[in-house]
Amino acid sequence: MPNSHAIVAEQFDDREQQHEAASLGMWIFLGTEIMFFGGLFAGYTVYRNLYTTAFEAGSHLLNAKIGALNTAVLICSSLTMALAVHAAQTGKRKRLMGFLVSTMVLGGVFLYIKFILEWLHEYRDGLAPGLHFTYSGPQASHVALFFCFYFLMTGVHALHMIVGEGIMTVLLIMAWRGKFSERSHNHIEIAGLYWHFIDIVWIFLFPLLYLLGAHF
Amino acid sequence: MSSTEVPIEPRVHYLNADYSIKSWLLTTDHKRIAWLYLIAITFFFTVGGVAAVLMRLNLLEPQGLLVEPETYNKLFSSHGIVMIFFFMVPSIPAVMGNFLIPLMLGARDVAFPRLNLLSWYVFMAGGSLVLYALIAGGVDTGWTFYTPLSTLYLNTHVMATATGVFIAGFSSILTGLNFVVTIHKMRAPGLTWFRLPLFIWAMYATSIIFIIGTPVIAISLALIALERAFHVGIFDPALGGDPILFQHLFWFYSHPAVYVMILPSMGVVSELITSFSKKKIFGYHFIAFSSVAIAAIGFLVWGHHMFVSGQSIYAGLVFSALSMAVAIPSAVKVFNWTATLYKGSISYEAPMLYALGFIGLFTIGGLTGLYLATTALDQHLHATYFVVAHFHYIMVGGAVMGYMGAIHYWWPKMSGRLYPDGWARVAAIIIFVGFNLTFFPQFVLGYLGMPRRYAVYPPEFQTLNVISTAGASILGLGYVIPLIYFAWSARYGPVAGPNPWNATGLEWTTASPPPTHNFEETPVVTEEPYGYDRIAEEIQVA
Repeated sequence: MPNSHAIVAEQFDDREQQHEAASLGMWIFLGTEIMFFGGLFAGYTVYRNLYTTAFEAGSHLLNAKIGALNTAVLICSSLTMALAVHAAQTGKRKRLMGFLVSTMVLGGVFLYIKFILEWLHEYRDGLAPGLHFTYSGPQASHVALFFCFYFLMTGVHALHMIVGEGIMTVLLIMAWRGKFSERSHNHIEIAGLYWHFIDIVWIFLFPLLYLLGAHF
Repeated sequence: MSSTEVPIEPRVHYLNADYSIKSWLLTTDHKRIAWLYLIAITFFFTVGGVAAVLMRLNLLEPQGLLVEPETYNKLFSSHGIVMIFFFMVPSIPAVMGNFLIPLMLGARDVAFPRLNLLSWYVFMAGGSLVLYALIAGGVDTGWTFYTPLSTLYLNTHVMATATGVFIAGFSSILTGLNFVVTIHKMRAPGLTWFRLPLFIWAMYATSIIFIIGTPVIAISLALIALERAFHVGIFDPALGGDPILFQHLFWFYSHPAVYVMILPSMGVVSELITSFSKKKIFGYHFIAFSSVAIAAIGFLVWGHHMFVSGQSIYAGLVFSALSMAVAIPSAVKVFNWTATLYKGSISYEAPMLYALGFIGLFTIGGLTGLYLATTALDQHLHATYFVVAHFHYIMVGGAVMGYMGAIHYWWPKMSGRLYPDGWARVAAIIIFVGFNLTFFPQFVLGYLGMPRRYAVYPPEFQTLNVISTAGASILGLGYVIPLIYFAWSARYGPVAGPNPWNATGLEWTTASPPPTHNFEETPVVTEEPYGYDRIAEEIQVA
């Protein structure tokens, strides 16, 4: 792409058509993501109904306070993302780069808390089914199932975060090279949709996994 | 087949613009990507076909003619997995959809051409993994990957196969996404929703199923992989898992996937029937909305695969009623096609033979589906050859007939050349006869109680099995003939001209083969589709 301004791919008539197509494409992609997570949520719900007490016991072993902190971090990153989109729409390049960096940093903090303060901890506590599982309370195999879903759901979510961080890096480089303007900021808006989507998935994951049988 | 005007061969079109291998493997042209898919799925069809041939040969003898029962299990699993995920699902959508959607919309390409190429590579990556699994020793889970067969209980190459299917699923998702956006945003000026060809409506409904259904099977297969890797009980009852949950998740995708296979064929048949009756389609709106209705209701019927799996009988009753409800939009289509034929000027070129074959065979397949949707009858017929016959009438009698019809109808547009119509008609008739001879006896076998997926059977079933195998060899011959004359036609066939069938539709207004950007200038649409009455008048005047 030689020139940042007025790039319209050859299959489109004009920039508006290109913009609409790209947004619609992202919305549809997010629809497929909902179905993807939906399968996980469905499986989780079935087992949570079958083994309610074991799932509550498993949930009590998670650190809900750190989870809450992480939720706050992620919501803040959504705010900075929204501000980044606004900065792109108003053509403020420095602000845009600043907010992209803050979004990336907050995302990084989230991943640090998730992996180092939670996963590593849970692994050491012997709560990782298949790798290191030492829980010996009642219904241990069903508690293992809870942790299985916990690691899978938060893991798939974290994978999306990592992809998001990659996208942010690309956008940052593009912004640094001055590829965006008031009239051309499609990429930022679409990445914003993706980022907010990951945030919303977490908003559902947090109560489902951490707050079972309210143990505050 | 006559071309009314002297065709003027365009100097440069999408096929001769560049001959290098690189220009094919890195193409973003939807027409070339369609060819890439065509070659790939023809290969997979052959692989699945060889497995079918071996199965049918084995069933010549009650004790099994050729292979051990274990190998037989792997044969029917390979046949199902390859044919469904790597031939049927991508057949019409990825080949004809890719080729036709931008042409029918008057667009230069799909909305995301690079994504389109990516989805071919994703498809090939998944396919390669499955081929590797087959060569390494195969799977014996059946195409359904039911637990506990797919757990460590029987340790075949489930991981590689499931991963391959998982990866190929993303190809479907990306293709569906691309088509929906293209249909929404890339229509030519004046091409309103109710001026769209019915093939586009069918592809739209199909794409919606791709988008909504495929992620669910992806996550189910991921869960199976997780279960195998970490020995936790998600679906495996021995570890405290729930095998019924897997069946629910699996069929939530895989039943709608049946409509992924049949809806595009229905779209094709709508085009063929009206084109070869030279008459405006009867009940355009009904056919268009019945596609959407089939896609919508199709998501609510998955439980009819599980009447005998231990699902609640009340759930079974609801699924039974909903399954019968799908018959309504399907019947709407059949009645509308029949009404289109009424008083039309029908001609029997090869594509039309396939379309008529489709209507008859699909009707049989659909009606026997009602037997199976009846909970009481299903107790008797479940997992017998009746089911095998039923879904082959839908998939082969229906979907493959539609696919063959589509290839024959749009071949002149794709290649710019004609094929020998006489041979094509002969092949169509051979396929029709061979198909019925193969699968009709299986209805009887199933009704008499022969279970599917067994390498051996009681001696009294031998006669019907021999008839079925004989039919399969005729069917196989029917599939080889088109391969030969298409290969011949691609090089030596007479030049087709832009509109060899005197058909309506934007794809026939541009040259054959089309230029790289499809149209010399963007077409403007000013009228309803299928204006054959107007064409008839023009011919009379001329």
